[in-house]
Amino acid sequence: MSPATARSAAKAGQSAVPLLPPAGVRPANVTRAGVFVLLLAVSIVFPLAVTNQSANSIAFQTLIFVCAAAAWNIFSGFSGYIALGHAVFFGSGAYAAGIAAKDWQITGSAEFALLPFAAAVAALIAVPFGLIALRVRRHTFVVITIAIFFIFQLMAFNLTSLTNGTIGLNAPFLLWNPVTFDQRFYYIALALALATIALSWLIKGSRFGLQLRAIRDDEDRAASLGVRAMPVKLTAFVISGAITGLAGALWFFFIGQVLPQSGFDPLFDLTVALMAFLGGLGTVSGPLLGALIIEPAQQYMTTAFNNSYLSQILLGALFLAVVLFVPRGLIPTIAEKGSGWLERRRSGRPAAADVPAAADVPAAEGTAP
Amino acid sequence: MGTELARAVINGVLGGGIYALMAVGLTLIFGVLDIINIAQGVMVILGAYLSYVLSVHLHLDLFLGLLITVPAMFVIGVIIQVAFIRPLHGSERTSMSLLASYAVAIIIEGVLYLVFGPNYVTLNASYVTKSVALLGFHLPYIDLYGFGLAVVLVAALYLLLYRTRFGRSVRATMQDRTAAMLVGVDVNRVAALTYGIGVAVTAAGGMIFGASGGGFNPNSGYDLISRLLALIILAGLGSIGGALVASVFMLTVESIVDIWQPSWSIVVFYAALVIVLLVRPAGIFGRQAARAQ
Repeated sequence: MSPATARSAAKAGQSAVPLLPPAGVRPANVTRAGVFVLLLAVSIVFPLAVTNQSANSIAFQTLIFVCAAAAWNIFSGFSGYIALGHAVFFGSGAYAAGIAAKDWQITGSAEFALLPFAAAVAALIAVPFGLIALRVRRHTFVVITIAIFFIFQLMAFNLTSLTNGTIGLNAPFLLWNPVTFDQRFYYIALALALATIALSWLIKGSRFGLQLRAIRDDEDRAASLGVRAMPVKLTAFVISGAITGLAGALWFFFIGQVLPQSGFDPLFDLTVALMAFLGGLGTVSGPLLGALIIEPAQQYMTTAFNNSYLSQILLGALFLAVVLFVPRGLIPTIAEKGSGWLERRRSGRPAAADVPAAADVPAAEGTAP
Repeated sequence: MGTELARAVINGVLGGGIYALMAVGLTLIFGVLDIINIAQGVMVILGAYLSYVLSVHLHLDLFLGLLITVPAMFVIGVIIQVAFIRPLHGSERTSMSLLASYAVAIIIEGVLYLVFGPNYVTLNASYVTKSVALLGFHLPYIDLYGFGLAVVLVAALYLLLYRTRFGRSVRATMQDRTAAMLVGVDVNRVAALTYGIGVAVTAAGGMIFGASGGGFNPNSGYDLISRLLALIILAGLGSIGGALVASVFMLTVESIVDIWQPSWSIVVFYAALVIVLLVRPAGIFGRQAARAQ
C-alpha cells in the first residue's frame, strides 16, 4: 500500500495547487469506483432477484472464470510472460480435492475445508513448473507451458490408481436444498472473485507489482537495476497458480465430477488468456470485464445452439477480432478515448479556475507508471 | 527382443520422416515470421480430411490427390497470413500472433467437427493394408511410400532454400529482417509465401498421417501440435537441420519406449524437452539469440 500512497502524493505534489481535488481525485477514478460499486451491488443482489436455475449456474461459472482470468493476469498480465498452461493448476486443484475427499473419506459440506489444500497443491506444483519454464522467454516459454499442460493431462489419463483414468472422480455429495444450492456456491465464488481482484489491485500498486512490470518492459534492464527477476517471477507464478487451483476445486464441488479432459482442458488455457486480452492485459479490471463478457456469452451460445462446436468457432472468431481490432484490450482503449474526450471538453471551457487543472491532467498521466 | 528392438527402430525412422516434414514447415515459419504456428497441428488434420474427401467422393488416389491438396493448403496458408498475421504490429506482436494462430486452430477444429463430426476416420487405399517383407520384417507399403515422399519433399525444400534466389531471400529474412528489407527483399511477400509453404507441407504430412496412423478426428491436432512443438524447441527454434535430426531421433526413442510402456511413450517427448531445456535453454541446435527478449 505505501508505495501507492507515496506515488499519489508525488502526483499531487507536481500540481501547482497540491491539495485541490482535481489533482488527487481524477474523474476517471471516480467513474471507475462508481462502476465497481454498482457491479458489486448488482452481483450481491443477482441471485436473490434472478431465481432461474440455469442463470445462477452460468453466474457461478462466470465468477469462477473471473477468478481464473484475474489470477492468470497477476502472473501473465503483469510480467508479460504469456502462460498457456494454467489448466494445469485448475485441474490439479480439482483432482487434489477429489483425491483427498476419496482417500480421507470427507463427505458433505466438510469438503470445503479442502479448498486451502487444493490451493496448496497447486502452489506446490507451480514451484518446479515455474523453475523449469521461467528459465526461458517468449515463444519457448509459451511452448513449455503447453508441453507441461499435456504432461498433466496424460498423467490424469494414465495414473489410474490416483485419478480413475477416463472415468474421473466424483465430488462428495452435498445434502443441500436444491433451491439454494446454486446460491450458496455463487456467494462463495463471489467472495473468492472479490478477494482475487483485491489482491491483484494490491499487487499492481505494490513494489512487487512494479518489479513485475519492469520485467515485462525489459527483463535484462530490470535485472541490472537490481530486480531479482527469478524470485519475483516465480512468486507471481505461484500466487497465480494457487488461486487457479482453488477455483478449480470450487468448480469441481459445483459440477460434482472431474474428467481428464474437463479438468485439464486446452480451451481453458486459451479462454483465460482471451478474457484478459479482451479486457486489457495487465489491468485490474480488464480480466473482470473479459470474463463477464465471454463466459456468459459462451454458456448462452452453447445452450442456445445446442452445439458446442459452433460456440467454439465463435470463440475463435472473437479472439481473432480482439487481436486484430482491439489489441490493447477494451479497458485501455476506452480509457484513452474517454480521457481524450474529457480533456477536449475541459480545454474547451473558458473558466479560469480550470486552466491549471486541465494542464495538470496530462502531466500526471504522463508520469504515472 | 532383438527383432522387436530392430522393428521399433525401423518404425521410428519411418515415422520420423513424416514428422520431420511437418516440423520443418513449422520451424521455417518461425524462422521467417518469428511466430509459432499453433495451427500447424490442426492444419495437418485439415490436410488429411481434404485427402479423405478426394479419395472417398472423387475416388482419387491418395498420392495423386496431393496434386490438389498441397496447392490448396498453400493458398489457405497465404490467406491466413495476409488476413490475420500480417496486420499485427506493436510490442505485443509476438504473443498476439501466437494467440491469433491458436484462434485459427480452434476455428478450423470447430469447422471440421461441424462438417465431419467427432468419429474417427482412416484413409484407405490398396497399399495402406498391404505390406512388403523386407529384411525379415513386414512393412506396410504406405509407411515406405510415405517415408519416400517425405524425403523427396524435404530435399525439395532444401533445394528451394539453398539453391534458388527466393530461398536466399528467405534465409536473409530469417537472419535479419531489417537488413533483408534494406537490400531490397520484399519481406512481406517472403513471409506470406513462407507461411504458405510451411502450411502446404502439412497436406502431404496429413495424408500420410491419416493413412498410416490409427485413424484421426478433428481433435487429433492437439496431440500432433504438442509433439511438433516439443520437436522444434528441442532442436532449437529456426534450425531446419536440427528439426530433421530431432524428429527421427525422438520418434525412434518413442517407438522403443512403446515396447514396454505404450501409454507413457509420448511422455518421452516432453520429458526430453524439459531435461534438454534445463541444460540448454536455446535447444540443442539453437543459437543463444533465440533466448533474448
